[in-house]
Amino acid sequence: MTLNRRIFLGTGAAVAATIAAPTVFAAGHGKPHVVVVGGGAGGATAARYIAKDSKGEVAVTLIEPSRQYYTCFFSNLYLGGFKEMDDLGHSYGGIAAGGVNVVHDWVTGVDRDAKTVALAGGGSVPYDKLILSPGIDFVDGAVEGWNLMAQNAMPHAYKGGSQTELLKAQLMAMPEGGTFAMVAPPNPYRCPPGPYERVSMVAHFLKANNPTAKIIVADPKAKFSKQSLFQEGWANHYEGMIDWIGEDFGGGNVSVDPDAMTVTIDGEVTNVDVCNVIPAMKAGRIAELAGVTDGNWAPVNAADMSTKADPDIYVLGDAAQQGDMPKSGYSANSQAKVCANAVRGALTGSRVFPAKFSNTCWSLIDTNDGVKVGATYEATDEKIAKVDGFISATGETAELRKATYEESEGWYTGITKDMFGA
Amino acid sequence: MRLKSLIKVSLAAVFVAGGAFASGLGDPDKGEKIFRKCASCHEVGQGAINRIGPQLNGLFGRTAGAMPDMQYSKNMIRMGDDGLIWTVETLDAYVENPRALVSKTRMSFRGIKDPQERADLLAYLRRFSDDPANIPEAEPTATGTDHDLDPAILALEGDPEYGEYLASECQTCHQASGANDGIPGISNWPTEDFVVAMHAYKRKLRPHPVMQMMAGRLNDEEIAALAAYFKDLE
Ligand SMILES: Cc1cc2nc3c(=O)[nH]c(=O)nc-3n(C[C@H](O)[C@H](O)[C@H](O)COP(=O)(O)OP(=O)(O)OC[C@H]3O[C@@H](n4cnc5c(N)ncnc54)[C@H](O)[C@@H]3O)c2cc1C
Ligand code: HEC
Ligand code: HEC
Repeated sequence: MTLNRRIFLGTGAAVAATIAAPTVFAAGHGKPHVVVVGGGAGGATAARYIAKDSKGEVAVTLIEPSRQYYTCFFSNLYLGGFKEMDDLGHSYGGIAAGGVNVVHDWVTGVDRDAKTVALAGGGSVPYDKLILSPGIDFVDGAVEGWNLMAQNAMPHAYKGGSQTELLKAQLMAMPEGGTFAMVAPPNPYRCPPGPYERVSMVAHFLKANNPTAKIIVADPKAKFSKQSLFQEGWANHYEGMIDWIGEDFGGGNVSVDPDAMTVTIDGEVTNVDVCNVIPAMKAGRIAELAGVTDGNWAPVNAADMSTKADPDIYVLGDAAQQGDMPKSGYSANSQAKVCANAVRGALTGSRVFPAKFSNTCWSLIDTNDGVKVGATYEATDEKIAKVDGFISATGETAELRKATYEESEGWYTGITKDMFGA
Repeated sequence: MRLKSLIKVSLAAVFVAGGAFASGLGDPDKGEKIFRKCASCHEVGQGAINRIGPQLNGLFGRTAGAMPDMQYSKNMIRMGDDGLIWTVETLDAYVENPRALVSKTRMSFRGIKDPQERADLLAYLRRFSDDPANIPEAEPTATGTDHDLDPAILALEGDPEYGEYLASECQTCHQASGANDGIPGISNWPTEDFVVAMHAYKRKLRPHPVMQMMAGRLNDEEIAALAAYFKDLE
């Protein structure tokens, strides 16, 4: 068992999970075995629910390189000074205690004929059902002048953890009256309101610490999520600070020079002090390596999140091309529960209930000024289709906006407990 | 006209439809006597002040929990912030079963089950409101839903296994432990309160867009299943 030394030993109960591990690898003979790749919003939820609901009937292995998951959700609030980095970190101890075999490694390939996944640390793990929730990677060459080598000079901060800290450090080091630039991504991308919540939080920070600083946003889109709510908020709280350049004004015609720290928008060169480049996105690379993508994303069946390419491989969250749901942590968590129910049913014959999905995305514009947008969805033969939805209105009372913000705090605690266990 | 037909129905069989929608038919003089049930805590009319409960002048069209110098429960204030406005519909629901509309309300009052009594009472209270929106027939947005829950809905036996699956969707926001970090806990609720509260969201009597949407797509069996599951969740 080359794997054993990498098996997570976090809590007493995790030891029990280790002891149970040998049966895990007896796939085909003993219990059915589910392998989950990626311990984020989709993967952590799916692993925990399958283990919890099958009550030991299904062996579950979660493979995730990091020992600590830093959420992207609420990372903008960290930039704004409303959260500490520690508030965003979550360990896998609770998941291991729930009976999941947690392996800290990186999956480098999938052999669909042998039904095994290969690990960077060597060895392979067999599966009966494979769930991929690898999040996103960036499309090469999406922003002229930028590549992953430039991510220190011009951070994306669109994956959690160190990139977020780097962007915050650069923000704090900005010279008085300096310029913060953002290159916003084209659709589809994770967290549609994310870039604009970030602009709000950066503005909140600058207003208090560097009030003559400016923010420019180069956007390849003509409109964006919750646009009227954000623009109302920017006018109310950060008048004159934010310059949003949409598609109509050449926001899509952009290049950057990370050495010179310049951004060129529609031919006009601007010197900037911080540049947050959020490039176009695609499914996490392992989905492509598994051969379940078509273009940038992995098409799935709405009823159970199984891929169109392989009925034993499921893709959750940002990496999936599923229809109407936005790419969010909430959506990934919602899809994971539908998938967990279907996978358990397929492996043990337990009852499979109809798919129900939902999403809500809260954004903070300024202190106690929260807004939200949400919808419910159902599975059709063709896709995950929207049923009903709502969005905050402009001109809402301060009390309602404060209540909305407090609710988002409740949601953050709720979803992270739901993902990682108590 | 849904409203009109409701009035007809309630003429024919008062116990089927929410009587208060027939409040055109409510008798304010009878209502005055019924108000005695409220008078130990509430004042209404000239010079009315807040006592144990808030004064009830100008009640129709008023935001819940909005009287200055009145100490409301946290939930009443929350409902007001969410946009609960006192209308003939919401008042009817509150007076029928206060806790089902506003969980843990400080108003310790069991509620009035008889729809005709509620209709009379509201007709009386309307005398002290001069907001024209208080006349349901003049309210173009009146949904005219009959909010009295059919006893058959309350009697439904929920399937807890289906409830557990459905509940996973709720637990993105409502913690299984019942803790409240900004979103109220809903574990371990009595089945009836749970069912009535969910139907109050479904019928848009309780404000709150997320919950109206979540409840809106659940059918009666699904709500019963959820109630059966959450009831035993410690
Ligand atoms: C700034 C920002 C703000 C956001 N705000 C919100 C919000 O308020 N609400 C909301 O709902 N969503 C929000 N999101 C979106 C949310 O973070 C993502 O949609 C969500 O994390 C997607 O979940 P996932 O499981 O698809 O991927 P992730 O959560 O990214 O998890 C993927 C995991 O897979 C692992 N992995 C990848 N490849 C491999 C491999 N080959 N082998 C092993 N492991 C692998 C990674 O290490 C990672 O831990 C925000 C995102 C950003 C960037
Ligand atoms: C035992 C005392 C008591 C009785 C009896 C009582 N109430 Fe109340 N009422 C209260 C209290 C206390 C509140 C504040 C509730 C809260 O904050 O949750 C309240 C609140 C209300 C409100 C909300 C008002 C606002 O400002 O939002 C209405 C309407 C109301 N009562 C109507 C009635 C009616 C009608 C009756 C009689 C059928 C009645 N109450 C009987 C104590 C009482
Ligand atoms: C997106 C987050 C979210 C989801 C998902 C959600 N709720 Fe809620 N729920 C809330 C919020 C916020 C409130 C407080 C609403 C208010 O102010 O009326 C609430 C209130 C409630 C209440 C009333 C609690 C009280 O004390 O008044 C009940 C009951 C309830 N929800 C049940 C459910 C059920 C059942 C589900 C799943 C089908 C669910 N909720 C899903 C956010 C959510």
